[in-house]
Order: sequence, then C-alpha cells, then structure tokens
Amino acid sequence: MKVILRQPRREIQVDGVTTVAQLLKKLDLVAESVLVIRGDELLTTDARLSDDDVVELRPVISGGATV
Amino acid sequence: MKCRVCRGKAVIEVRRHNAAFCRDHFVEHVQRQVARTIHDFRMFSPTERLVLGVSGGKDSLALWDVLTDLGYRVDGVYLDLGIDGYSPDSLTYSRRFAEKRGLDLEVVDLKHRYGFSIPEAAKASRRTPCSACGLSKRYILNQVAEEGGYDVLVMGHNLDDEAATLFGNVLQWNVGYLARQRPVLPASDDGLCRKVKPLVRVAERETAAYAVLRGIEYEVEECPMAAGNTINRYKEWLNRLEDRSPGLKAQFLFGFWERGQQGFTDAESVELTTCTTCGAPTTGEVCAFCRLQAVTLVEVGRRREAAGG
Repeated sequence: MKVILRQPRREIQVDGVTTVAQLLKKLDLVAESVLVIRGDELLTTDARLSDDDVVELRPVISGGATV
Repeated sequence: MKCRVCRGKAVIEVRRHNAAFCRDHFVEHVQRQVARTIHDFRMFSPTERLVLGVSGGKDSLALWDVLTDLGYRVDGVYLDLGIDGYSPDSLTYSRRFAEKRGLDLEVVDLKHRYGFSIPEAAKASRRTPCSACGLSKRYILNQVAEEGGYDVLVMGHNLDDEAATLFGNVLQWNVGYLARQRPVLPASDDGLCRKVKPLVRVAERETAAYAVLRGIEYEVEECPMAAGNTINRYKEWLNRLEDRSPGLKAQFLFGFWERGQQGFTDAESVELTTCTTCGAPTTGEVCAFCRLQAVTLVEVGRRREAAGG
C-alpha cells in the first residue's frame, strides 16, 4: 500500500501488512503518536488494510516552546 | 472496535479510558472533558472576557471550536513569529477558521511591533529558537490580554504538553518551575493576566483526532525551527511508556498536581518586582523579554549596517 508520511510530506510503499497495528509495528511507531487516516476516515488499530490502500500516518506531536 | 456509547463503528480508541468512540460520541467526550476541567479548576465563568492564544495548529483551533460549542465567546490572538515557510501558512489556517465561524482574531506581528523575528532573536541571544519563542509568547500574549481588558488568557496546552514539561522539569529538578506549573495561573496585581489550560485532560492525539473529525484544517507540518526539540523528544518517550501502560501520562501529571506539587510550592516563594524598561512583572531588574529584545535589536542593527543598509 501507499503510505503518506508527514513532517516533511513523503510517500513510501509498504506491503504485506493486513491491519493498522501491523503497519505501525513494521514502521516502529506507537499508536499514541500518530493518527492513521484512509480517505476521510480515522482508523483504529484493528482496522483491516489491503495493498491497494492509500494511508496517511499523521504525527500528532507538535509544539516545542514552553509557553 | 465498537463505540462504548452506541456500539456503532469506532473511529478512535482511548486506551487510558478503556474506551473507543464513534465520531459523534468522541466529539461529545472531548467537549465533556474540557467542560469538566473548566469547572473543576474554576477556570472562568461565561460572563468573563476570554482571549485564546491561537497558533494555527490543532490544539488551539480544536480548543476554540470546543469553547465556542460550549457557549463561550472567545476572541483569538495570533502572534506572527516571522518564521519563513511556516508563519504565513499558520496565519492562513487561523484566519480561515475565525472567518468561517465569525470569530474575532487579532494578529500581532512580532517584527512590526517589537522590531525582530524569532529566527533573529534566537541567533542574537544564542537561545534555542523554542526558548526565544516561548519567552516572547509568554510576554506578548499576556500584554495583549492586559491591554485588551481581558479577564482570562486561554492556552491550548494539552495533556502531553504538560506531562512532557513536567518530565523535563523533574529530570533537571527545576524546583521553581515545578512549584509554578499549574492548569490555572492566577492573575496578579502587578500585571499578570489569569492564564488557563482547559485541554489538560485531553491527549495530543485526541486534539488531533478532534480537529480531523470536526473538519478543522490546521498546520500539520512542524515548525522548521523545532526540529530535534527536547520537549518533543520527551513526548515521544512518554508515548512509548503510555503504549505499554495506558493512563501513565495522566497519572504522572494529575498525581503531581494532587500529591506531589505541594512540597515544591512550600519551598519556593518568588518575589516579583517591576521591569525598569517596560513595567512588566519580573524577578530581576529588567525582564527577560526586554533583555532579549535589546540584544536582538543591537544585533539586527549591526547586521544591517554591515550590509550597507
């Protein structure tokens, strides 16, 4: 499947995974640090994926300055 | 995964609450968490004048949406930091949000009003960009709130922001900061506006999900000057711990406020005086913002002269 990464925006190809949990594990990401978006829907970790999918992994960590 | 409330298809899991929610019930859940935080910490009442620090990111825009939906009238203030490739987009997202909902947004241009940008300040003062940025935001947002006659300055700090800040302060035993880190910082007679953080019960992932589910367009890309930032690294570490022990971040933060902070508060008492340059409250003779501005303006002038202009 095509996976869109951000910060900065780029695309990678990931195949052979069938759930969001497997995708995150393969990329060494934890669910707490990203949103997984397919089209206009948010996916939970048990959601099924196929090789035809286009999935965005959107980081949620931002900021930096302590205000 | 099914929604805890209606058993419909869930779109997000909140493991620390052992729950998953559909879109509508997640929105309701976040709004309830914010309403509860405002009530429990006695942050403000509906009759008070509120101004929100708006960055164009997910947290401030999600909070503006929540507060408006809860019936509060909140004005926004956006601080243009002068960061190329970032500030213009952030301003666009902020303006678009405000215009769409008929909300008032004041834009303060750091360069225009104070004579320098954050990249210039970081270079001249040899502070990290995030340090120069945080210092400037604290000073200017308070000034805007005071000048505008607002009762409360509202900030979009979320659970992760506060937990990571606490983590950093514990690692370095910054006892002064540990004594003062709170969801509500009271107003003072010498010019500090009451500052509140209604998102402290909402995790960063949840504010991002809220923004997506409510159709809020926000700046997804990270500030180019924040690359490698320490606080963001702490957040990633805490998320790895949270992944193994759901609820850990909230226990760390709220446990500190409920059971840990008192010891630091008792030990730390800070006398505030008035800055001899601008009159703002400070612990020294000249406040940190005036010192930052002075050193930056000297450096900016020197460079301009060297460039022949």
